[in-house]
Amino acid sequence: MGSHTPQIRPAGRPAAGREVRGRLPWMLVVPALAGLAFLVLPLAGLLVRAPWPTLIERLAEPHVLEALRLSLVCATIATVACLLLGVPLAWLLARVEFPGRRVVRALVTVPLVLPPVVGGVALLLVLGRRGLVGQWLEAAFGVTLPFTSAGVILAEAFVAMPFLVISVEGALRGADQRFEEAAATLGASRWTVFRRVTLPMVMPGVVAGAVLCWARALGEFGATITFAGNFPGTTRTMPLAVYLALETEPEAAIVLSLVLLAVSVVILASLRDRWVNSP
Amino acid sequence: MVFRRLPRWAIVLPVALALTALPGCGSGAPAASTSSTSPGEGAKEVTVFAAASLTETFTELGRTFEAAHPGTTVKLNFGSSSTLAQQIVQGAPADVFASASPATMKTVTDASLAGSPTTFARNKLQIAVPAGNPAKVDELKDLTVPQVKVALCAEQVPCGAAAVKALDAAGLEVTPVTLEQDVKATLTKVELGEVDAALVYTTDVIASGGKVRGIAFPEADQAINDYPIAVLTEAPAGDLARRLVDLVVSRQGKDTLTKAGFEAP
Repeated sequence: MGSHTPQIRPAGRPAAGREVRGRLPWMLVVPALAGLAFLVLPLAGLLVRAPWPTLIERLAEPHVLEALRLSLVCATIATVACLLLGVPLAWLLARVEFPGRRVVRALVTVPLVLPPVVGGVALLLVLGRRGLVGQWLEAAFGVTLPFTSAGVILAEAFVAMPFLVISVEGALRGADQRFEEAAATLGASRWTVFRRVTLPMVMPGVVAGAVLCWARALGEFGATITFAGNFPGTTRTMPLAVYLALETEPEAAIVLSLVLLAVSVVILASLRDRWVNSP
Repeated sequence: MVFRRLPRWAIVLPVALALTALPGCGSGAPAASTSSTSPGEGAKEVTVFAAASLTETFTELGRTFEAAHPGTTVKLNFGSSSTLAQQIVQGAPADVFASASPATMKTVTDASLAGSPTTFARNKLQIAVPAGNPAKVDELKDLTVPQVKVALCAEQVPCGAAAVKALDAAGLEVTPVTLEQDVKATLTKVELGEVDAALVYTTDVIASGGKVRGIAFPEADQAINDYPIAVLTEAPAGDLARRLVDLVVSRQGKDTLTKAGFEAP
């Protein structure tokens, strides 16, 4: 189908993707543009309504920076935790045959469909002071997780991990297993195969999953406010600050949202260009 | 292979879109008519925006109103008063606004969106402790003990403003572990035993049905919350909305409210 017209490009320049493929089909272009407008217009609304004259002064308030710092730190630690647990989980789902694998795969996606507030309550029931595991944690180590920054990280990781697992599992299933088989026939152990062959092969998928996971963690609200509560400096992340500001000062909420938006766009855009789109 | 894949997406995507879009439309337009009557002719629907603490009482009063006016539907939208006020200011189609504080009502009257409000109930704070009262809390002063974990509402919402007022009146300084976004969330933290005490409304203690114990304290008298109600100036239901407000301030309305723990104004 694709009639490639080879183009001559100056050496060293990456492919610009301008091969001639015929006219753009309106059946795809029209809904694509409508979809884009649907996603972008609300953001434009925020920009239009933003209180530009007082923007700088509102941004310089210490509680804004405090919430932003907490958000970035917690989302990043949550992403690292998701990587450490999620990549092996994705490998298990993609490479190991075991009974009930379909059920496990479905269970992994539960946090995606569960309303985050319910996720937060579920976390409380297990890790809260009177929770199944939580009461034991408190009795044995004197550790309580709710109302701490560690609680924020847990809530974010719970909600964000499926994004990573699904992305990495998809990459693993798409990867050519013959390389792994070849390595195994040459005497490599399964761990070595994973480390030296599988992981480098699916790295773009891992990075894409980590980026999604981080973005989801950064915007996490429901599970965080339910499980970790809301206190400035320890558990009040940006989304919580936005929600609270909305109660009395919608303009302040818009400013906070813009900060979150700007930070995530900058980071996601730079990461995408560097990692996700790389062949 | 490529050709077999494409049509599948073409089917899955519209179906998924339709599934996500359908319930969204329904909840997005609370004033839209659900019955065969068109919304324009002879308003048969009253949309009430009410504070979360009024959930039980207004549900009951709504049923009473429907029974007294056959063919009418009372649509209730409960939430944090401040959020509801913002929604009304942003043009949400409501007929009646019942809020948990004069301050949130003022947001709406300042925008000339409501007539003069009437105070129809008052609510007092209590200390709520989980079953068994693990931290042995008896009075407001006990909340200042560092080992006692306390949940308060955030100052931006009415129950939080009342808590600050009561603590100020008592000259006490409490460091809570969390500032919850509404009174029901605060109550949940007590019900689950995650905190040792919280300041919530008397009505919430009653509504919890024995899952938490309420302790009255004298300083609560200095932080009583007035609940104002008003018909919105652009109320699509017009006269019907006024009659609903009449029911709320009537003898029958008062009885329902006092049974739930509210005080008469």
